Amino acid sequence: MTAIYKHRLFWPLVSLLTLIVINFIARPQFLKITVRDGELYGPLISILRESAPLMLVALGMTIVIATRGIDLSVGAIMAVSGAVALTIIDGASDPSNMGTVTIAIVVAILVSLVLGVWNGFLVSVVGIQPIIATLVLMLAGRGVALLITGGFITTVNSDPFSFIASGYVIGLPFAFLIGVVAIVVLSIVERRTALGVLTEAVGINPEASRLAGVRSRGIIWGAYIMSGTLAGVAGLIYASNIKAADANAAGVFIELYAILAVVLGGTSLNGGKFSIAGTVIGVLIIQTLDSTILFLGVKSAQSPVFFAVVVVVVVIVQSARLRDGLAAMSGRLRARRESAQDRDKVEVA
Amino acid sequence: MAATTMARAPRGTAERKPSAVQTFLSRHGGMMPTFAAALILVLLFIGAEAFLRGDFITPRNISALLLDNAYLLVLAVGMTFVILTGGIDLSVGSVMAFTGILGAKMLGAGVPALVAVPVMLLGGAAIGLMIGILVQYFGVQPFIASLAGLFLGRGLAYIVSLSSIKVENDAVLWLQSTRIKLGDWYLTPTGIIALATVAIAAFVLHLTRFGRTIYAIGGNEQSARLMGLKVGRTKIAAYVISGSCAGLAGLILTAYSGAGYPRNGIGTELDAISAVVIGGTLLTGGRGYVVGSMIGVFVYGTIKTIINYMGAEQSWMQIIVGALLLLFIVVQRAIVARSEGRR
Repeated sequence: MTAIYKHRLFWPLVSLLTLIVINFIARPQFLKITVRDGELYGPLISILRESAPLMLVALGMTIVIATRGIDLSVGAIMAVSGAVALTIIDGASDPSNMGTVTIAIVVAILVSLVLGVWNGFLVSVVGIQPIIATLVLMLAGRGVALLITGGFITTVNSDPFSFIASGYVIGLPFAFLIGVVAIVVLSIVERRTALGVLTEAVGINPEASRLAGVRSRGIIWGAYIMSGTLAGVAGLIYASNIKAADANAAGVFIELYAILAVVLGGTSLNGGKFSIAGTVIGVLIIQTLDSTILFLGVKSAQSPVFFAVVVVVVVIVQSARLRDGLAAMSGRLRARRESAQDRDKVEVA
Repeated sequence: MAATTMARAPRGTAERKPSAVQTFLSRHGGMMPTFAAALILVLLFIGAEAFLRGDFITPRNISALLLDNAYLLVLAVGMTFVILTGGIDLSVGSVMAFTGILGAKMLGAGVPALVAVPVMLLGGAAIGLMIGILVQYFGVQPFIASLAGLFLGRGLAYIVSLSSIKVENDAVLWLQSTRIKLGDWYLTPTGIIALATVAIAAFVLHLTRFGRTIYAIGGNEQSARLMGLKVGRTKIAAYVISGSCAGLAGLILTAYSGAGYPRNGIGTELDAISAVVIGGTLLTGGRGYVVGSMIGVFVYGTIKTIINYMGAEQSWMQIIVGALLLLFIVVQRAIVARSEGRR
């Protein structure tokens, strides 16, 4: 029992289940999944579908945070990626051509990869603090995206491109499957090879891992490249969902939600140990909370207050001070109980 | 190190008798980034005067620079305190929006300005206090704690009102509309408030025990604690100051725009951080000047004015500020590396 209680995914899972139960009590149709033309529909399915961009960004963020870094530029990279893809599709003679869309997607992902290389270069080679190094791109990236789209919101009508966000494969939303593929690939790369352990080593003590012969530069660089690339894919899903490249609105605040998801999943911002499963749960908590808040009739503009409360509660629960305080309190209780039992024994004797 | 000694050897006489400039530079190495920012500001002015229109450096323009950026200046001052302790405050933009809309709502409901203005400042201070307590007592990283502040401020702003509220209170509008003229130069009360904030902050940081404690914490928190300095309450106070400054900025922005608007200040925290960094304050804490932050704000404001003059797209603003930020952090990085190498 204590093993379950002490498991680090215990609290994130409890929070997610609590949210789902609350939703189910408030609206029983929440858990209902209908099958239409062999495709699944329902509130839970939409949560899974809508969580895809945040899932990708948060996965990349997990690895970056594990190296003791942070990537603030993911929202801007999403904007750039969407802008690149839609500008290519918009410029082509036939927007629905499969080849055009493929080229657009590949180019957009490559551009995101280059932006990730840039972030990683600033952090691992130049040695700038991650917050500031990625702040540069966070500020400049949206400007670049606006330049690419010429300051307008580029809209396209391309069926193959819309398929990314709204299509279905084997009865499940395609966007959700992209997220699943990312989770599986990342888990295999990080957990079935030594990379995950090396990443944690770099995050726990960069100097010690360097002395132990870990090539920390490459590992840190790789983390930012991964984060940038995943953000690029997320940007494509976002753009495909609204069928437009909106450089100002794409991925706004997503870096904050992604960091929140990582922290909710039990990965410390101090780097080191990370949990991919935790991040997945964190993302689902955020997406379910978002859907709950909307259902409760709170205007979506006001929902940040709920997120603020959640952040505060979670960080306080995770803080050492509260745990020490609780441990001390339960210790005192146990001591009192034991002394009471001793007294009983004495009386019996 | 050996290479530099050898390179200097031929000019032996200059080595023995360093010029006044060299002495000054070696004594005030930490001020270099701030000087660099001032230099860039001057270059921006000269460049704009020479290459754009001849009438860039006019009393009118420079007065407007202070007027347009008064709110950012106040935010940057508060941010400087937090960054000097080695922290960061992401909440200032949304706290500014919250206090601004709160003030506009109260004034609209007939609450006198004498009550509304202190409530605005206290509202900002309360969110700052929350962040400070989370950081100090619960060991939450400043980034995450102030992120909670950001969400809270933005959500509260929308709870107060979803749309903009016009301000018709004479006392608040007076702050903006009054022009104290001196020839072609003018100052508004909002500008005076901003400059006074800078002056008070500079005084507090350099001439009080509290200010020196802030620098000591940023330099090395552990040492500061071992020296018996009151680390906890000073750190919390830094966040409270930043929150109050955000409240004050909310007042200034409300007076400036004549209305409260819940979407104000999205991303302004990044502008404030950029201005502080461009002004030469190290994000690791312990080094920097509030006057530098003022210069940083003016650099930022001047770039914005130039872009408006050129009629260029606003997207260039973001790219140029990003590039400048990069330039400055690389320069700072070089300075830190050099001073570490010297030791």
